[in-house]
Amino acid sequence: MDTTISLLGRDFVLSAADVTAARSIVVMKEDQDKILELDRFRLLSAGGDLGDAAQFTEYIQRNVHLYELRAGIPLSTHQVAHFVRGELARALRERPYEINLILGGYDPNVGPSLYYIDYLGSLHKMPFTAQGYSAYFVLSTLDRLYRPGMDLEEALNVMRACLAEMGRRFLLQQRQFMVKVADANGVRRLEGVLNVPLESPERHAESSVRAV
Amino acid sequence: MSAPLGFLDRSFPSRCSGQGISSSDHVDGGVEAVLGLPAASIRIPRGTRLAPLLQACLREEQNSALVKFLHGTTTLAFVFREGIIVAVDSRASMGQYIGSGTVKKIIEINPYLLGTMAGGAADCSFWERYLGMRCRLHELQHRERISVAAASKLLSNIVYEYKGMGLSMGTMIAGWDKTGPQLFYVDSDGIRLRGTRFSVGSGSTFAYGILDHFYRWDMNATEAAELGRRAIFHATHRDAYSGGYINVYHVKADGWVNLSHDDSGISKYAEYMGFGSKLPPSIAPQEESSTQSEAMVVES
Repeated sequence: MDTTISLLGRDFVLSAADVTAARSIVVMKEDQDKILELDRFRLLSAGGDLGDAAQFTEYIQRNVHLYELRAGIPLSTHQVAHFVRGELARALRERPYEINLILGGYDPNVGPSLYYIDYLGSLHKMPFTAQGYSAYFVLSTLDRLYRPGMDLEEALNVMRACLAEMGRRFLLQQRQFMVKVADANGVRRLEGVLNVPLESPERHAESSVRAV
Repeated sequence: MSAPLGFLDRSFPSRCSGQGISSSDHVDGGVEAVLGLPAASIRIPRGTRLAPLLQACLREEQNSALVKFLHGTTTLAFVFREGIIVAVDSRASMGQYIGSGTVKKIIEINPYLLGTMAGGAADCSFWERYLGMRCRLHELQHRERISVAAASKLLSNIVYEYKGMGLSMGTMIAGWDKTGPQLFYVDSDGIRLRGTRFSVGSGSTFAYGILDHFYRWDMNATEAAELGRRAIFHATHRDAYSGGYINVYHVKADGWVNLSHDDSGISKYAEYMGFGSKLPPSIAPQEESSTQSEAMVVES
């Protein structure tokens, strides 16, 4: 049920996720952060089993930090992606972590990068990606609207189009989304940039063309 | 169990390093070992994949009443201006049968921490009692009360290690620490959520209906307790698996107090369903056999 969408911009990665924590048919919480700030330059979005997501992402975060303490240099986003993939694959034949992940990060000599990782341990480097039911709704939108090298404002407009479509066609009304960005200045949360009003997605789509 | 990149720390929770099962090595490397206490854990042969094994056993037992014990429940807790109100029913169902009508579903972990009970009664009481011990050890080691966040995470980490092995508990941990009133939802799936308003159990949707509509942050303690009681009452009214007595606790800065213990049956029905103290003729107890008809209404 989780919506996680990420896309690569000219010099940043943009990640959005819904903020609903549900159990069975009941919404337990509407301010859940599903985009972990892995370290200063990396974002790890997690969808799927809430318990697995919390334990696994925290485990990755601590081990990435531990590596930096031991080796004296941080892992690159590419290296973190392979570490995450390996841990998921190792758990797969024992008790799989039932979570799908999107890793976005910014590295000084590489620039921004984005990786799709699923619970089976597959890893793909992508310009944009979405997981969960949202993939069915927004991948076509992204295929059509995504261009390489967009600036933040253009990328936010693409993200708004995706979330407007979610608001229009997805059975579950996800009212709020959390948006984070990772760039040369580090990771940060963008507040109030693309919350979709519940009652009228159409009106929102029009207003989204205007500036933030 | 090889570490792919060669930098996995073996002191991380054993779920992640692929070792055996023990709840003693969670936060501070096994306080029980340091103090020479028995650890609350089960021993299994090295390399055994317990989760699939137990899942197969549980599948066979799915229709047994024992594993369903206490699955029907309504518990709730919410934060407001003067602290936290925790309210619960008291019915324990074993399948179609009421196992007990007088269960204490609010577990007094210590004088400033409360836990609630939904799911398996044994799982909740055992692990919350164990949590009480860990909290006391934290006090002795750090000369400071444990935060509610840390206490709830202790519990969440323990149950996560047993994920898929049949533990069943949905609990709220409520308390007051340095940061003020704190409320967490922890369950046997390993989910742990910080929040201000939770309800757990088969009657939770009914309780939420009342709670969400009438909740205000600036209620006084009397109003808040009454809201908690009402929400539980309406859940017991609609949910066949909830009932018995309504217990209400108030968590304050200097610890919790037990506010009330009321029958959720005929007297609350009269009060809350708009009949005042006078019962409508259809459910008023007959003069000669009042106890019998009251018992019938309570159980229906």
